[in-house]
Amino acid sequence: MDHAERDPVTGRMTTGHEWNGIEELDTPVPRVVLFFLAAATLFAIGYWLLMPAWPLGWTYTKGLLGIDQRQVVTQQVQEAAAERASWTSRIEQTSFAEIAADPALMRHVRDTGRTLFADNCGVCHGTDGKGGPGYPNLASGAWLWGGDPETIAQTIRVGINSTSKDTRAAQMLAFGRDGVLDRAQVLAVTAYARSLSGQTLLEAEQARLPAGKEVFAANCVACHGTEGKGMRDLGAPDLTDTVWTYGGDAQSVYASIHSGRQGHMPHWEGRLSAAEIKLLALYVGTLKEGAR
Amino acid sequence: MISALTLAERQLAIAVSLLLALCGLAMAIAGRDDLLGVHGAIVLLFGIGGIFLVLSKYFEPEPSDERLTRYYDDPTKVGIVLSLAWAVVGMFFGVWVAALLAWPDLTFDAGWASFGRIRPVHTSGVIFGFGGNALIATSFHVLQRTSRARLPDQFSPWFVLIGYNLFCVIAASGYLMGLTQSKEYAEPEWYADLWLVVVWVTYFLIYIRTLQRRKEPHIYVANWYYMAFILVVAVLHIVNNLALPISLGSAKSYTVYSGVQDAMVQWWYGHNAVAFFLTAGFLGMMYYYLPKRAGRPIFSYRLSIISFWGITFMYMWAGSHHLHYTALPQWVQTLGMTFSVVLLVPSWASAGNALATLNGAWHKVRDDATLRFMMVAAVFYGLSTFEGSFMAIRAVNSLSHYTDWTVGHVHAGALGWVAMITFGSIYALVPWMWKVKQIYSPKLVEVHFWLALSGTIIYVFAMWNSGIIQGLMWRTYNDSGTLAYSFIDSLVAMHPYYIARTVGGLLFLIGAIVASYNVWMTIRMARSQAPEHAAEADIPAGTALQPGE
Repeated sequence: MDHAERDPVTGRMTTGHEWNGIEELDTPVPRVVLFFLAAATLFAIGYWLLMPAWPLGWTYTKGLLGIDQRQVVTQQVQEAAAERASWTSRIEQTSFAEIAADPALMRHVRDTGRTLFADNCGVCHGTDGKGGPGYPNLASGAWLWGGDPETIAQTIRVGINSTSKDTRAAQMLAFGRDGVLDRAQVLAVTAYARSLSGQTLLEAEQARLPAGKEVFAANCVACHGTEGKGMRDLGAPDLTDTVWTYGGDAQSVYASIHSGRQGHMPHWEGRLSAAEIKLLALYVGTLKEGAR
Repeated sequence: MISALTLAERQLAIAVSLLLALCGLAMAIAGRDDLLGVHGAIVLLFGIGGIFLVLSKYFEPEPSDERLTRYYDDPTKVGIVLSLAWAVVGMFFGVWVAALLAWPDLTFDAGWASFGRIRPVHTSGVIFGFGGNALIATSFHVLQRTSRARLPDQFSPWFVLIGYNLFCVIAASGYLMGLTQSKEYAEPEWYADLWLVVVWVTYFLIYIRTLQRRKEPHIYVANWYYMAFILVVAVLHIVNNLALPISLGSAKSYTVYSGVQDAMVQWWYGHNAVAFFLTAGFLGMMYYYLPKRAGRPIFSYRLSIISFWGITFMYMWAGSHHLHYTALPQWVQTLGMTFSVVLLVPSWASAGNALATLNGAWHKVRDDATLRFMMVAAVFYGLSTFEGSFMAIRAVNSLSHYTDWTVGHVHAGALGWVAMITFGSIYALVPWMWKVKQIYSPKLVEVHFWLALSGTIIYVFAMWNSGIIQGLMWRTYNDSGTLAYSFIDSLVAMHPYYIARTVGGLLFLIGAIVASYNVWMTIRMARSQAPEHAAEADIPAGTALQPGE
């Protein structure tokens, strides 16, 4: 079967080989293929001449353009930082009050703060800062540790119950689980705590209020204050407002009193620059307006 | 099928199964406090299963020498069925991971269903399970037909096929348990890797032994590609998986490479897995089934030669284009990029050679969905190799890298090229293997074709859009000179495309299920009919083959 034949469709000869009925035409390699092969090879050779390309033992051909990606990226990063310095240096050097009063600077704070916040804080607090169950709502105006920029910056720097040695520390004790209060007492103080924010109570809860008030006075005032307005030095929340980190329904409040709470926020000092923390503190302050 | 084995082969099969069972037992005992023990149990079960399977037919009469005048196709038949089974499993997991990206709660809070575990089940399931079984099955078929020689014996092909599937089962079950080397497309741990080496060397020997006994003066080009696939995959697999287990009783191992060398070896492996597994192997498939189905001679013998050497030589350098703008020295990136660009020429020459072969048969492409599968595969091969060379250019890569564009590119190749050429070849091969005039339902082949094509197009377009948007969002700066978008912003922008991608993948999965049904019904139809020897037209009559020849 080693004889070439003419293919009637193309008019080409076959190579004369045949494998189980498959034959091959003796078509020469089309010129366009050779052309592009040459062109692509020339491009490659040109590129090798201009750029770092071939290894030479301990070194390599550096290329006529003298381009080195490490230098390029270092230079680009420096240039970008220099460009931003026109306003970042002012953020670093100016006080919070002065920045807040400067609309041009505040525009940078909003622009940059939005992505900085979403990339670093959004995972817990949400991109809109509204938090979620277990994660404080930063747009509510209710603050555990205080809402002025200096205090927010400090919270960002050291975190809450974090691994920083300067961390803010706060703990809601597990009154039920640790046996400080019995079930009836926890139920009673749950009703009382809910009454502080003016929630509508069930009849059964109404009946527990007097007992709850007593339990509250004996156990809760040390942190939450006699009126339940909380204490910012201790990170103890205000119970009279309608903002609840862990939920204000009877079930959630009961769970908080029974098992305690110990929220955790990582510290950002060392991970974000001082200017970035300052900028974020200001940005968080703008969240409440919702006017971004 | 076992009754087709000679007594000596049956004994060998029992001995090897016993050895496998003992290995499994040793693994189960040594790894009793480790996940290795679970895999030991699986190996033990495979070994025991093999022994029982052979023993059940052990005392049946031996086959006559007449068998040596025919080709040995039983492993090919089983390989086709396994390939389709893996296709359905692998693509199901693919749709699941795709859906997971759009709706993250679909893990149902189960550790084994997390993205990091089911994603490799998808990739290994489709690449190694579906693609690998199809390659083994078709290579045995093509090898015998184009060499006019029967496989050298009847045991080693089974060893390769079943051994390879044992590897796939260990791989997939390991991922679900959290066992991985964390090397993409080389996730299985050290013991699975060692096993695959044994299987793969046997596979290579089958090829060599058959080619040695060929009755054709020349080795057909499809066999070059299959040989390149087998040989280079062996080299890649061994080099990239060099690792030291922390103990013989533990599944965990550490690679011998570290830092940027590890990254370079991994992507030298990774890109050549694309080149020699997903390209060379399937080009072998294309060079047999496409001209056969079209009834046309190959357009150009010379073109197939320069393409073969171009592809095999150039791909070897291309891996470093996966590491542009990283700690990898720039000169290595340069070489990766330039060879990737030159690589486009032999790639397009191959695609062109396939399409030009169809000259004189375009009316068949119009009427025959099986041939159309192969034609579209060649087109997607051309498209994705162009895209690959384009994305390997550093400036382009700075936009495309780490985005969904890469995912889209891979799937243009995997769905459009690899899966389409495989389905086309399987549709051509099944009637030959089961000796029926045609597939159970040519209409369902047509349905499958359109499902596969629309699924691929939806998928690829969704990922192109998603990837380019993502890439642009990551590099857009605002007037303050800081990033305009947060990462979450880019995720939100991806969401509609992730849903579209899931839909595209689902269409493709439905197509694979249709194909499995069609093939299954063909097999059932063949069983109820008397074998039609006329359908053996692809087997030359009067080919006398002698044992050991």
